[in-house]
Amino acid sequence: MPSHSAKARPVVPANGATGLLQRIRGRQGQNLWFIAFVAPFFLGLIIFLYIPILQSGYLSFFEARGSVNPTKFVGFDNYLSLLNNKLFTDSLLVFIGFALLIVPLTYVCSLGLALLLNNLKWGQAFFRSVFFIPTAVSYVVAAIIWRFVFFSGTRFGLLNSLIRAAGGESVNWLGGTNDLYWVALVSVRLWLQVGFYMILFIAGLQQIPQQTYEAAALDGATGWRQLRWITLPQLRATSVAVLMLLLINAFQAFDEFYNMLASIGSYPPYGRPPLVHLYLTAFGGGQQDLGVGGAGTIILTSIIVLFGLAQNWLVSGGNQS
Amino acid sequence: MRLNRRNLLALSGSLSAAATLAACGNNNPLEQKSTSDTSSSPTGSSQPPSDAPTTTLQQWYHEYGETGVKEAVERYAAEYTGAKVEVKWTPGDYGKILAAQLLTQDIPDVFEVEQGGSLDMIRTGQIADLSELIALVKDQFNPAVIKRFTFEDKIYGIPQTIDMQLLYYRPSLLKAAGLAPPKSFTELVTAANKVKTSDIGGFFAGNDGGIGVLGTIFIWASGNEQLNADRSDVAFLNQDFYDALIAYRDFSKAGGVLQAASAEWYAPDAFANGETAFQWGGLWSLPDIKTKLGDDVGALPFPAIGTKGRPAVPFGAFGSCVGAKGKNVAAAKEFVKWLWIDQDDKQVDFSNSYGTHIPAKTALVAKASKLASGPGADAAKFVAENGFANDIMWSGPVGDAFSAAVSNVIKKDADPAKEFESFATLAKSELAKLKG
Repeated sequence: MPSHSAKARPVVPANGATGLLQRIRGRQGQNLWFIAFVAPFFLGLIIFLYIPILQSGYLSFFEARGSVNPTKFVGFDNYLSLLNNKLFTDSLLVFIGFALLIVPLTYVCSLGLALLLNNLKWGQAFFRSVFFIPTAVSYVVAAIIWRFVFFSGTRFGLLNSLIRAAGGESVNWLGGTNDLYWVALVSVRLWLQVGFYMILFIAGLQQIPQQTYEAAALDGATGWRQLRWITLPQLRATSVAVLMLLLINAFQAFDEFYNMLASIGSYPPYGRPPLVHLYLTAFGGGQQDLGVGGAGTIILTSIIVLFGLAQNWLVSGGNQS
Repeated sequence: MRLNRRNLLALSGSLSAAATLAACGNNNPLEQKSTSDTSSSPTGSSQPPSDAPTTTLQQWYHEYGETGVKEAVERYAAEYTGAKVEVKWTPGDYGKILAAQLLTQDIPDVFEVEQGGSLDMIRTGQIADLSELIALVKDQFNPAVIKRFTFEDKIYGIPQTIDMQLLYYRPSLLKAAGLAPPKSFTELVTAANKVKTSDIGGFFAGNDGGIGVLGTIFIWASGNEQLNADRSDVAFLNQDFYDALIAYRDFSKAGGVLQAASAEWYAPDAFANGETAFQWGGLWSLPDIKTKLGDDVGALPFPAIGTKGRPAVPFGAFGSCVGAKGKNVAAAKEFVKWLWIDQDDKQVDFSNSYGTHIPAKTALVAKASKLASGPGADAAKFVAENGFANDIMWSGPVGDAFSAAVSNVIKKDADPAKEFESFATLAKSELAKLKG
């Protein structure tokens, strides 16, 4: 009898449980590993991204001055006051202008550098590092160097010293009496990010099979024709990713603008991207208006989502053709 | 237990309250119990002071830059016999830290707030009404400060000390050019243009061309006020104000305003290094300037602009407030009265021994050695006669939109009347919201 039961026991009830467990665990514990690797990131996303977005959405319908537990429901008032505020609508234009300048410029420069370096017979690793190192510099540090060393409006600023030495007059770069502050804003970001995108392009270039070029060369295609008909089409996937990243980064413009143009207690009306305006609204000037700040976050989030969808649509449309 | 935000906040508040009580400045566990007992008993605050104070008060300060201030305020607290006062020195963004703490259950009993309390603090009942405390001695304080500290006939903070901005100039440069210190804006323009050279600028008020700091001064110096009497609308959108902006624009364009210097207006460097002949700056810079330039420094208020104009200096003052929802409101009020109303010698020490500030009580100014003569003495007079401060309802969005409009007029040549149209609409709706 004992031998009987010992034989029968594991068969029926335990098999069902192990089967289910097995299925949950997946083959070789695949599902467990999936959860182990994905869960921390996913939790982080929920806690630091999705909950704040929802909270902003909630606050945006309330009068929330200096409080995260608002009681006064105001409907779309916060949205209306923001959309009627010329400083905010102008800031959207500033963002568009900035994106129109920085996205193509970085694209062309990083692609150009990648092409140059990719054909280099010697010292490629060295130059790759040289151009990549600025990526490691903080935006704040770079902006401060740009503001106080290169583009300082004083007569002893670096660029002004050169201009004076050549017999010119000091230029007020960041003061807003002219549009030259764009030179500083665009150049600092270009310097900081061009190396990173150059690396992406070099990786893309190295994926292109050498035989394609050889075949093209046999057919008499060289130089510009190779670039136009082989390199650029083959870089399509990389280009799409690079353009998307550049655009999102341009949307997040804050650090260099704030550190180059703000002074204690005030930020000029020019060169003011949406995030700076919302920061000033939500946290600036000794008082907090989280309702209007929340409304702005929702508006910006929707714009970014729309751009993302448009991008998705463009890419899938391209794949079908 | 369902843990929603509010519960969580309350929970963390009471936990930290317990922690604070448990850490009431002594390490003896037996004494600890008695301290927390008295503190939490409702009658604890009304017990008469005895040799060993039974009430413990928490007092908050922001971090003062001058060395010695922390030790000084701790000394004042230790000398008080009515209660045990623990000083919390708060580096970092004091305003935000304090605002967050006031939303919890564990609020400090006594704390300093700029201009004696913000609108939000008053509206939400976070700070106690101190009108009775100061009623009898109100006349002893600087009238401009008392005016600013009064909201709807009540005073919520006792002024501690006064800071101010003023116009520094170099007497030697004016003398060499045969000029007297300017008494009007026109004279300032003439003087600045006459003394400036290719190496030394005329007038400097910040690397933004002076717009950030001078913006509201144009309102006062052109003879206007920020808001009307019932605070329902702005009160300065008239030709006098527009002319003031245009006058400053012309001054800038003609090159009299130094647009960029090695430091900002609130630092002494640009003036002390000889980069400019006139600088709009802070009284706090005076000791550094004197070290560098000796007696070659004079001080003026911002001169009157236009026919209806008047001189103007902006001031700021920290006020000592009492947390209305604290456990020891009565004891906290007693302490504030003792330190900032009764103890004259400590008030003079606080203003004069660690940097240059002006005592809040007019009679004490004479006792502050740094204000005895020269620019310091002039400065104290300016606040009383020409002192202005932002209205309590001059909120962040109003200030931001105002600065933007001023910037567009001065830098982008915008027409002032047109530029301020949208500002007027924004300000009106903002003020209506603030009135609630």
